[in-house]
Amino acid sequence: MRPLTEEETKTLFTKLANYIGKNLTQLIDRSDEDYCFRLHKDRVFYVSESAMRLAISVARPNLISLGTCFGKFSKTGKFKLHITALDYLAQYAKYKVWIKPNGEMPFLYGNHVVKAHLGRITEDTPEHQGVVVYNMSDIPLGFGVTARSTADTRKLDPTAILVFHQSDVGEYLRDEDTLF
Amino acid sequence: MGRRAKNKQEAPAPLHATPFQNGKKSNGKRKADDEEGPRPQKKVKEFVEGSSVKTKSKTEGKGDKSVKKSKKSKTTKISEEEEWGADGWEDVPEDNLATAAQELFNDSDGDEAHGFTGDLQDLEDDEFDADDDLLRDGVPKQELTFSDDESEGEENEEEKNFPEETDSEAGDEDDDEPVTGKNIEARSRALDKKAAREAELDLEDMEAAQAEESDDDDMEEDERFVLPTAEEREKEKTGAGPDVRDLQSRMQACVRVLGKFKKLGAGRSRSEYIEQLLADICSYYGYNEFLAEKLFSLFPTKEAIEFFEANEVSRPVTIRTNTLRTRRRDLAQALINRGVNLEPIGKWTSVGLQVFETPVPIGATPEYMAGHYMLQAASSFLPVLALDPQPKERVLDMASAPGGKTTYISALMQNTGLVFANDSNKARTKSLTANVHRLGCKNVVVCSYDGREFPKVMGGFDRVLLDAPCSGTGVISKDSSVKVNKSDRDFTLLAHLQKQLILCAIDSVDPSSSTGGYVVYSTCSVTVDENEAVVDYALRKRPNVKLVDTGLAFGRPGYKSYRGKKFDDKVTLTRRFYPHVHNMDGFFVAKFKVSKRAKKQAEETERDEKVGERVTANGEEEVEKATFEDEEDKAIIQNALRKQLKAKGIRVKPKAVAIAG
Repeated sequence: MRPLTEEETKTLFTKLANYIGKNLTQLIDRSDEDYCFRLHKDRVFYVSESAMRLAISVARPNLISLGTCFGKFSKTGKFKLHITALDYLAQYAKYKVWIKPNGEMPFLYGNHVVKAHLGRITEDTPEHQGVVVYNMSDIPLGFGVTARSTADTRKLDPTAILVFHQSDVGEYLRDEDTLF
Repeated sequence: MGRRAKNKQEAPAPLHATPFQNGKKSNGKRKADDEEGPRPQKKVKEFVEGSSVKTKSKTEGKGDKSVKKSKKSKTTKISEEEEWGADGWEDVPEDNLATAAQELFNDSDGDEAHGFTGDLQDLEDDEFDADDDLLRDGVPKQELTFSDDESEGEENEEEKNFPEETDSEAGDEDDDEPVTGKNIEARSRALDKKAAREAELDLEDMEAAQAEESDDDDMEEDERFVLPTAEEREKEKTGAGPDVRDLQSRMQACVRVLGKFKKLGAGRSRSEYIEQLLADICSYYGYNEFLAEKLFSLFPTKEAIEFFEANEVSRPVTIRTNTLRTRRRDLAQALINRGVNLEPIGKWTSVGLQVFETPVPIGATPEYMAGHYMLQAASSFLPVLALDPQPKERVLDMASAPGGKTTYISALMQNTGLVFANDSNKARTKSLTANVHRLGCKNVVVCSYDGREFPKVMGGFDRVLLDAPCSGTGVISKDSSVKVNKSDRDFTLLAHLQKQLILCAIDSVDPSSSTGGYVVYSTCSVTVDENEAVVDYALRKRPNVKLVDTGLAFGRPGYKSYRGKKFDDKVTLTRRFYPHVHNMDGFFVAKFKVSKRAKKQAEETERDEKVGERVTANGEEEVEKATFEDEEDKAIIQNALRKQLKAKGIRVKPKAVAIAG
């Protein structure tokens, strides 16, 4: 477990900013307690300072996880957001997409969001923007990247992909073994 | 009650009532009878008429016998009658048999006929009522008691030959008749009566179960349950094994005999009955002998059977609302919208829901994946409720996978403070971590240590939950492999591990914690050596802990003594949960309060001083004043230093040099 290097921090923050934009500052300067990012076995954990201090006494091979896992760095130095970060993404998301009940299960099985399943979408969402996907009762289901801007979607046919799937809560069941 | 209902459909499986030889002989005889061909039913009817309607006049337990008897040809009947009535029927020569039996038969007829008040003709005419009366007189008692007076072979043959004569089916016959305007009233009346009778029966059944005094006397007469001999058992073993129904009824009979051994124990020793019962349990439920004996000895005989029976039935599916994400009412509504049929578990929990049926997989709904609830057995709520974690505390869960309890603790602490979730098995920490993240618990640190390392890794916890690894004898309904794969050695090893773990758990607690200082020990096992014995061990080894009330409103108190072992008096504060009583997995929960050790140490030094005083008082020996002798000590100190360095892995100079230097 160690703090992130300058470069790693930059990669992580650019990734997060794609979803939550300027709200990123709220993750770092919290009013309640100091939180920090820590790297452990290539994974980035977002954890309160106090918990982090206590977790220091756990030896490296025995520490599995602390606080919330945000994602992991690949060997090439890229950062991949995990579904476990959804809590914070959903809390601070700038652009949101709501899908209809009939689109829930297809999305949770790892498919892209097609226009037919689209319930609502934040206005003026640009193209290739990171969005958080909710169902109609406002339960966050995952996140992805828009394929078109909101303006462009009007003309599309119902089977056209609107949001590229990146991660969904179904991964808790599907990828339990590889996620951690 | 269920047992009675079963018997309704099929005639109750009979028991070996007659001594073994008798049964054999009568079987042989019957064979000869059967060779004459199946007896027509008409003959029986005639016979019934001829024998002055003995059938209807019989009282209680005798009723079914006589019904059966009436179906038989005379010779069989005679032998039967004799067998039942007299002990030495074998002595009667074949020639005389008929006459002798006739006499006997007549006698018995005479005896029994006086109870009959109606006319035969009446009975014949008024079929419904008659049949109904017949049923009322004969059936109920038969179903309540064991019909032990005939050997199995006979009864089975009877069933084959005269199926329509069995009492329960006589009732069915009624129902099969076409409904006409004429008989509809009678039918409905009959039905009403039947219902009333059923209710009466149920009541009686309950009463009988509660206090068996009432039918004691009948039992005494009927009860001719005889244990199979050693050879017979050997034969059973080598052969295909006994019929399941025979087994069942034999078990019931054994239980009954053991329940009132003084009255019914027919000259055999108690251990013989228990041995037979255990053997039957092994073959009926599929336990190995060791485990059957272990579990059997936990309960009174009757309850033990209930326990084994309950292990065959799965427990209800329950879920726990994740209060970090939603409320129970909202969750229930969301699931009901998906067509799930559910209900709150009980008053003792505000987060549990019991799922009755669901059209969707309950472990893969969007709500589940979004972490709104956790699939969790009702029993595993209990240790967390007993632990009662408070916000901002530091809590350790020593064996936490797959995280049901950990996430519950975290939810009760409202995501404040810190929860250390430990599990020794690294593979299992994956699902633990997944669940922790799915349910949005942000105050959890997951680590993978052997629990016994714990006070070394970290101590000073406010509360520690130890859900110890156990044999799983409480969750046999979930995992029936326990029935066969546990041996004496497993229990010894597990108990040893549990004792080590509980000491580690106690040592990890901060005794000066202002809010906590509690340890909760739980297992999903019902055996005493994994529960009370471990608790007692902890109390003996750590004088600074004491048992406190678990705060759980229900559950049975722990055993104070078991098979000659005496435990601490406070062990009654622990709680046991059973599948057959509470309809949840077998479980055990104990809660300790850890206080400071200093007081105890002071006491000890005090005692030491007293010992010293006594010696001087005796005048035998003066207590030596401790003085330091630097010369002697030097070498010792040197040695100790060398050892210390060695232990740290630092190479030290050879000894001679060290001393010289």
